[in-house]
Amino acid sequence: MKQSFRFFYIALIYLFLYIPIGTLIIYSFNNAIFSMLWHGFTLNWYNEVLHDSNLWIAVWHSLYLAIAATASALFIGTLAAISLYRYHFRGKNMLEGLLFVVIITPDIVMGIALLILFSLSGLALGFWSLYIAHVTFCIPFVVVIVYSRAKSIDPNIFAAASDLGASELQTFWHIIVPILLPALISGALLCFALSFDDIVISYFVSGPGFEILPIKIFSLARLGVNVELNALCSLLFAMTLVLVCVSQWVTRQKRI
Amino acid sequence: MKHKFQYFSVGLIAGWLCVFGLLSFLVMVVMSFLQHDPDHIALWHFTLQNYVDLFNPIFFTIFLKSFYIAFMVTAACLLLGYPFAYIVSRFPERLQNMALLLLLLPFWTSSVVRAYAMMSLLKTKGLLNTALLSMGLIHEPLQILFTNTAVTIGLIYNLLPFMILPIYVNLERFDVSLIEAAKDLGAKYTTIFRKVIIPLSIPGILGGCALVFLPAMTLFFISDLLGGAKALLLGNLIESQFLMANNWPRGAATSVLLTAIMAIGLLVYKFKSSNKGIHYEAVI
Repeated sequence: MKQSFRFFYIALIYLFLYIPIGTLIIYSFNNAIFSMLWHGFTLNWYNEVLHDSNLWIAVWHSLYLAIAATASALFIGTLAAISLYRYHFRGKNMLEGLLFVVIITPDIVMGIALLILFSLSGLALGFWSLYIAHVTFCIPFVVVIVYSRAKSIDPNIFAAASDLGASELQTFWHIIVPILLPALISGALLCFALSFDDIVISYFVSGPGFEILPIKIFSLARLGVNVELNALCSLLFAMTLVLVCVSQWVTRQKRI
Repeated sequence: MKHKFQYFSVGLIAGWLCVFGLLSFLVMVVMSFLQHDPDHIALWHFTLQNYVDLFNPIFFTIFLKSFYIAFMVTAACLLLGYPFAYIVSRFPERLQNMALLLLLLPFWTSSVVRAYAMMSLLKTKGLLNTALLSMGLIHEPLQILFTNTAVTIGLIYNLLPFMILPIYVNLERFDVSLIEAAKDLGAKYTTIFRKVIIPLSIPGILGGCALVFLPAMTLFFISDLLGGAKALLLGNLIESQFLMANNWPRGAATSVLLTAIMAIGLLVYKFKSSNKGIHYEAVI
């Protein structure tokens, strides 16, 4: 294959990936509601997004749901990963199997299984149902990421720590957590992104009283293309860019 | 102390996953064997009717259509993604990381946003039609949005990286000296590709196909947005059984069937490839 052909092909794929989003961003500045012709630059639609209080309630809900779910999944997942790494206990294989099953279960199946469980147990659909669902699908990712980092720890460190009289809790806080920090950060970022973006599972376990952003966008998009939605989606994309840059920066700092 | 810590952390995750992972799934399986009742969630009465119903021509057509679309999407992703993964895996390392970052960047935004972006691109007065019209390639706007083609394009757009990543991971580890050996023995480039590179990347290809095929059957919101109101994918069927027809037992049976399809696919994959690491890496 010729060099120029390679670059041409790669460029073509990137065009396919970026044209839809690029169009969205460009037309979010267009001073017209329906037309695809250019009617001049405006920030009008952003202004409208900023003043749409319904939208901001959904953003706020999504944010604190994502933060709560991330924190809990990180806590449960990290403890589990450390135990899986350090201890041998009965049922260890079963726990690993269970994690694997949760990872590969199709989203839609997990969504409706939880919906059935919640409605049979009488839990109202709202924050708590979403929280449980999000923690459940985030946990396996944390375990996998943290576990793969933990495998690189030299086991002698633990022997040294206990020789020097450290309790299990002290070992945890002063040795394990600092070593695992990069994995914890990337796990947290991944959980946050997964939770903030999830639609398939959330669609089944959310209720009318607690609307979150992806569901809100979905119901708006169902009504058709509109410019305000263009502006909102562009803002979200910008936020993603910032997050990815920050995470790149953080991992680069850690390497040094 | 050690035991307290261990019991606490293992108990916590095992409890959580047993209740919300395992129990909820079992409840769903039980539900799929119960009788439908319009006034309640279900009647406590064992029946196989929900599974028999799935072979009713209406549902069966949806299965076939969904399979067909998933197949087309998987094939298209493979054809588009394999060369991409191959070319990137031959880049110098710095450029590789850059290329992967650029590939994944759009995928950190919500998949609904991406589906919506595709929607605005494809609509009758969208950029695609405007561009094609002004170039004189077409004389009337194409009606793409709200057709199966739009759903297929939207699914490819959403799932392409899931094909590229496993193949890339596989090709990146590829031992280049094998190609040199083949060249030394006088093989032409096409022969090397067919007899050396492709066979060795089969685990990556299978992994990618598994990660694309299944979501392509279930991402109901993409066909909701791009395909109009028609029930097109297996995912739409499940969604409508739960949220519109209110026939939960039948919806549960459909999900059990879907899980069974996935389990079979997984067994085949495990049987065919010894490279178990790929699945995890691809998911992340």
